[in-house]
Amino acid sequence: MNQPTSGLRGLPVSDIFTRACDGDRRAIGRVLSIAERGGTDSIELGELAHKLTGNAHVVGITGAPGAGKSTLTGRLAATLAASGRRVAVLAIDPSSPVTGGAILGDRIRMDEHNYGTGTFIRSMATRGQGGGLAVAVPAAIRILDAVGFEIVIVETVGVGQIEIDIAGTADTTAIVVTPGWGDAVQANKAGLLELADVFVVNKADRPGASDSRRDLELMLDLSDTSEWRPDIVLTVGTEGDGVDDLITELARHRQHLADAGQLEARRRRRAQHELRVRAGDALANRLKDALNSAEGQSIITAMASGGASPASSLDRLLDELYPN
Amino acid sequence: MSDTTNEKPLRIVLAKLGLDGHDRGLKVVARMLRDGGLEVIYLGLRQTTDQVIAAVEQEDADAIGISMLNGGHLALSQKMINAINEAEAGVPLIVGGIVPEADVEKLNEMGVAAILGPGSSSEDCVASVRAAVAALA
Ligand SMILES: Nc1nc2c(ncn2[C@@H]2O[C@H](COP(=O)(O)OP(=O)(O)OP(=O)(O)O)[C@@H](O)[C@H]2O)c(=O)[nH]1
Ligand SMILES: [Mg+2]
Repeated sequence: MNQPTSGLRGLPVSDIFTRACDGDRRAIGRVLSIAERGGTDSIELGELAHKLTGNAHVVGITGAPGAGKSTLTGRLAATLAASGRRVAVLAIDPSSPVTGGAILGDRIRMDEHNYGTGTFIRSMATRGQGGGLAVAVPAAIRILDAVGFEIVIVETVGVGQIEIDIAGTADTTAIVVTPGWGDAVQANKAGLLELADVFVVNKADRPGASDSRRDLELMLDLSDTSEWRPDIVLTVGTEGDGVDDLITELARHRQHLADAGQLEARRRRRAQHELRVRAGDALANRLKDALNSAEGQSIITAMASGGASPASSLDRLLDELYPN
Repeated sequence: MSDTTNEKPLRIVLAKLGLDGHDRGLKVVARMLRDGGLEVIYLGLRQTTDQVIAAVEQEDADAIGISMLNGGHLALSQKMINAINEAEAGVPLIVGGIVPEADVEKLNEMGVAAILGPGSSSEDCVASVRAAVAALA
């Protein structure tokens, strides 16, 4: 029986990363897994990668389930690739909270137009709640940036705070809605509209697309657009209609960010968000250890028995957390 | 549930090779594997072996699951195995579908890691994938 061997097995992280930078797609796939998993290897990888970042245009594509995000992303990526740009897609789908498994079905909508174009597509599962995703996604974006992709498109479903936060930390965020009042109203409720740098009314082959455009214009008229007024692009993802307009708009926004010195501000926002999540994780771990320690247990006992007030117990616990 | 932050769930690319027209069976397998805790990268219908390999590389998948039209399994499995070897992808191939008894051994000899018949349970599917991945590790 044949026992195929993996060409990357046993290689140190730095070697795999070097190969990834040379364009070895399996190595890119592997370093993304390392970044996603966390742990020591990912720290080493982060050290190698972060120096090479800052060149990619990170585009978030978000909106209601089924709005056509993947179809549109596939077209967008293929069109950009055809004009010679190096494009990567990060497509994020939810994991089952019960089993931890996931069906990652975005790729099926993208492959048709992207296979053989050089576009790199990676599906990513949310892998449970909490800070995991908020750390893993920026880490994956940094890798894709570092290995030389010029445009990184991140698709997330616009439900759930973490997904929305991720979309909001892109350089440029496109919100995808579909014809029909319900969708725009829903997007508004979910807090998506404030995030928009570009609006896309996809499925514009369906009735009501111009109504959606008008509704969005009305909403924009009521908000502060002194810095930037998002344009509204009508697309038919299945046919590719409007994709050129979308590309123009994404580029125009990127230029605006550069001209207004906002690129830096966006990146700060992204860094702050990630740092807060990372710090939250780290502090939560420390707190857990402190509470489980002998001193922690004795603090709990003292407070539970009424022998120590909550405030003095907290002081003791903080001393335990931050000795000196 | 235990803390799984640092545990990578197994990832499998699922595809149907060849020209047949529906993927109901493949979808059922996808759901069973998801329910068993796997991450399933679903490629669906009419995939070529090269497309499957490209997906495996980009997705850093641990295994490939294919199903195909009754009758095409020997030729298509061999093509898939060849593609895996050529790419040095280092992943096991699991074949699903109706495979006549007489062909089971041929597939095994070819290097197919597991064969899942139509009656396979969710547990069977998950256990087969896990065992196949473990055997190559
Ligand atoms: N009529 C029409 N259908 C479209 C259009 N774009 C996408 N679709 C269809 O809408 C369905 C959903 O498309 P997807 O691209 O998977 O949507 P999505 O937003 O990525 O879905 P999730 O990732 O599941 O949230 C598919 O059946 C597409 O073929 C469009 O412009 N017009
Ligand atoms: Mg999608």
